[in-house]
Amino acid sequence: MQLNEMSIHQLRELLRAGEVSSREILEAVFAKIDAVEGEVGAYLTLCYDEAFAQAQRADEMLAAGETSPLCGIPIAVKDNFSTAGVRTTCASRLLENYIPPYDASAVARLKQVGAVLVGKTNLDEFGLGSSTENSQFHCTRNPWDLSRVPGGSSGGSAAAVAAGEAAAALGTDTGGSIRQPAAFCGIVGLKPTYGLVPRYGVVAAADSMDHIGPMTRDVRDAALVLQAIAGWDPKDPTSARRDIPDYEAALTGNIKGLVVGLPQELMGDALDPEVREAVFGAANLLESLGASVEEISLPHVEYAIATFYIIVSAEISSNLARFDGVRYGYRVAEAEDTVSMFIKTREALGQEAKRRILMGTYFLQAGNYETYYLKALKVRTLIKEDFEKAFQRCHVIISPTTPTAAFAFGHKTRTPVTMYQSDIYTCTANLAGIPALTVPCGYTQEGLPIGLQIMGKPFDEPAVLRVGHAYEQHAGLPLRQPQTEVKTNG
Amino acid sequence: MADWEVVIGLEVHAELLTKSKVFCGCSTEFGAEPNSQVCPICMGLPGTLPLLNKRAVELAVKAGLALQCRINQFSVFARKQYFYPDLVKAYQISQDDLPLCSDGYVELLVDDTVRRIGINRVHLEEEAGKSIHAGEDIMSAAYSLLDYNRAGIGLIEIVTEPDIRSPEEARLFLEKLRQLLQYAEVSDCKMEEGSLRCDANISLRPKGSSAFGVKCEIKNLNSFRAVQRALEFEVERQKALLEAGEAVVPETRHWDEAQGMTFSMRSKAEAADYRYFPDPNLYPLEVEPSWVEAIRAELPELPDARRDRFMEEYGLSMYAAEVLTSSRDLADYFEECMEQIKDPKLVSNWVMGEVQRWLKAHGLEAADSPVSPKDLAGLLQLIQANAISNLVAKDVLEEMFATGKSAQTIVDDKGLRQISDDDSLEAMIAEVLEANPGPVADVKAGKTKAIGFLVGQVMKASKGKANPQRVNELIRQKLQD
Ligand SMILES: [Zn+2]
Repeated sequence: MQLNEMSIHQLRELLRAGEVSSREILEAVFAKIDAVEGEVGAYLTLCYDEAFAQAQRADEMLAAGETSPLCGIPIAVKDNFSTAGVRTTCASRLLENYIPPYDASAVARLKQVGAVLVGKTNLDEFGLGSSTENSQFHCTRNPWDLSRVPGGSSGGSAAAVAAGEAAAALGTDTGGSIRQPAAFCGIVGLKPTYGLVPRYGVVAAADSMDHIGPMTRDVRDAALVLQAIAGWDPKDPTSARRDIPDYEAALTGNIKGLVVGLPQELMGDALDPEVREAVFGAANLLESLGASVEEISLPHVEYAIATFYIIVSAEISSNLARFDGVRYGYRVAEAEDTVSMFIKTREALGQEAKRRILMGTYFLQAGNYETYYLKALKVRTLIKEDFEKAFQRCHVIISPTTPTAAFAFGHKTRTPVTMYQSDIYTCTANLAGIPALTVPCGYTQEGLPIGLQIMGKPFDEPAVLRVGHAYEQHAGLPLRQPQTEVKTNG
Repeated sequence: MADWEVVIGLEVHAELLTKSKVFCGCSTEFGAEPNSQVCPICMGLPGTLPLLNKRAVELAVKAGLALQCRINQFSVFARKQYFYPDLVKAYQISQDDLPLCSDGYVELLVDDTVRRIGINRVHLEEEAGKSIHAGEDIMSAAYSLLDYNRAGIGLIEIVTEPDIRSPEEARLFLEKLRQLLQYAEVSDCKMEEGSLRCDANISLRPKGSSAFGVKCEIKNLNSFRAVQRALEFEVERQKALLEAGEAVVPETRHWDEAQGMTFSMRSKAEAADYRYFPDPNLYPLEVEPSWVEAIRAELPELPDARRDRFMEEYGLSMYAAEVLTSSRDLADYFEECMEQIKDPKLVSNWVMGEVQRWLKAHGLEAADSPVSPKDLAGLLQLIQANAISNLVAKDVLEEMFATGKSAQTIVDDKGLRQISDDDSLEAMIAEVLEANPGPVADVKAGKTKAIGFLVGQVMKASKGKANPQRVNELIRQKLQD
């Protein structure tokens, strides 16, 4: 196995033993990037020089006894995290040349422990989309099949990890944007509890739904990255002030006696038969490990999509308004007056962003606010209560992460509503703010990865990770790597 | 012809006296180099989040308490959304349907009657930046410059009920409001620095009617005088329309100070829909009753209560008590002086007279007076002891303001001590009487008015140092007995 294909915990052992250096790992990563990035297109910006400087510093830190498992590990970061001195585009022409003066808290925490920032990964513009096709710069291809999308919006991060272009990545998840691309690319993705990982410095899509989390090769790696980025941040008013457990210690492999809920509403007809089979297979495996699987009901989930899109669009319409060309970013060259400068500058936004702004503006208009926005807030509470009730019985809830495996380019973007509907499995966890993990749970006949979602109680990441880890250890999935080099776009 | 009743409501914005901005740590100091007091948060850079300044909440609560409001235990920050270059996030964090303070009032003395003006709400919000247009105005400007030092300074918006019944009452209300906010140390209320701003809504209705007429909103009111003048203009304009059988157009009007007129800016039909919604980054603000009580304890004695106490405790007239409590500084000055010298009449006369005159002429507040209350007491003690006359005391005070020396020192250095011993005085009087046989004859003939002239001559001869009362007595004794 090449260094660039190893997990963080494997690399940790090698680094600690002094068998490899951070520099060597980074060289392997950049060699892979040289080889495949032209086809995969995971990155928008590569930080070659800065990364080697950070790797050198990490090697010095390791020599001085630094014990963080992330020290010297090459990590990719989605391009909606502010990075001091490194442009942060959100895959939008409006921010093509925007260079933030500060680091997002999660990025600062990674740097603090000696992680190496490889580059900034592609996404749907401002995180709006499920295929990374809404990037205004280029498409990212799924390393498992270059004719298919990597998912989105954290498609670049997922593809980078899957293709061996980084050991791990940070993504953001507003309605599934970590978990869906992780599932499509056959990796692990965790959306933690709202408030666990500070959002400061991440360009907001919808503040009440945005989450930051790890995208990794396995569950242990997810626990290690989460450990580094979780915890109270005085710069984030929604950040939770509480003690952070040892996540790696939660990976005991023992899930005996745990109650696993399987919501009937998420196992319905929309599901691809291969995906359904994989999820039932996973449920059986968990039972064989001593858990009991019970069918449960989340009655308000059928309203989740409408609720989610009303709230998210409202917040997005507000958050994207600041890109007016006055202070930073793109500004149209010629305009007669201020208002036309605003209008012409903002015409540079992509289609999906404009659609969400229009929707959100509509939902917040006088007269519509009560009908849509306030009602959606009420339904959000009902969905939260559904989960609270379910968690009185269950320790975790499982479901598919996505209704199908990765789809082909152009497949769903023509009908936005179909695209929105596929968020049903993931967006409920954003509405409820609960932790949700995706782990690979098999392959389709075409050889595409399928994801299993495991949701837990607020701040019960240990349970979610424990179940995911136990499943991963016993699933006996054939060890496959995407064959990026040999496959070409067909 | 109908008699019209004027209905006015005011919206007042006051900048809070916090050291740092309301959602970040930047300084709020006035007059710094443009864009030198900014950070990623108050510049609204992508990814930043607001961090509520606790002191700003306390000052807003204090304002609410000074305005007799109910402090709502839960209030909600909402985004008020509109595009403008000085608004960094394209929304202002403000409060909408759940403000921090509700249902208060202010009492005014108008023509010897107490008028109670209702306060609908006081809420907390953030300031926008400042546009500086290159050219005469925004329309002809080739470009505009932006200064974001002001962006993010904490503001309270105070909205009155439509209880104000005349332009003069509007001005009196604002003066009272400023007095209250300054007393409570919530805002310095400097209209010239923009830390207090006012918009006015005005309509007319036939006397006796309870329905409201069509209202206009008047903007660009840069002084209390402008508020009164603009509203007076508006009363006449609306009255003329109504009496001619025409309708008042509901619109926003701009006050032009130079022309003394209001002009239409935009009609209310085009008015913005601000699409308020709760800011998802800021959880509902909870102000515990115990916190409110702690803030209440910080509140000083408010002007009305202090005025009443001044009348009661010092036996001052209503007028004197009003003047002395018009600002907290002045009232403190008076009371500190009173601690040294227990003569309310003497102290109030000097504080309201000479001291205030000098401070006004030099644009200073009582707190910045170069003559401290203690220094003034020193001067007044010399008057009480008949060591100097009132006339000399005025010169001495002038000297104290100019040099910072104590009254005692100035009097000693210049030999200004009053001459009260009869021997010295009688010698001077004898000279004056001899030199003025005409007036002496007049007095003897019963024209007592001439005594004043003779006293004046003695004062002149003594360079003001003679004790005028004693001189008067001695002259009378000499000429009338
Ligand atoms: Zn600031």
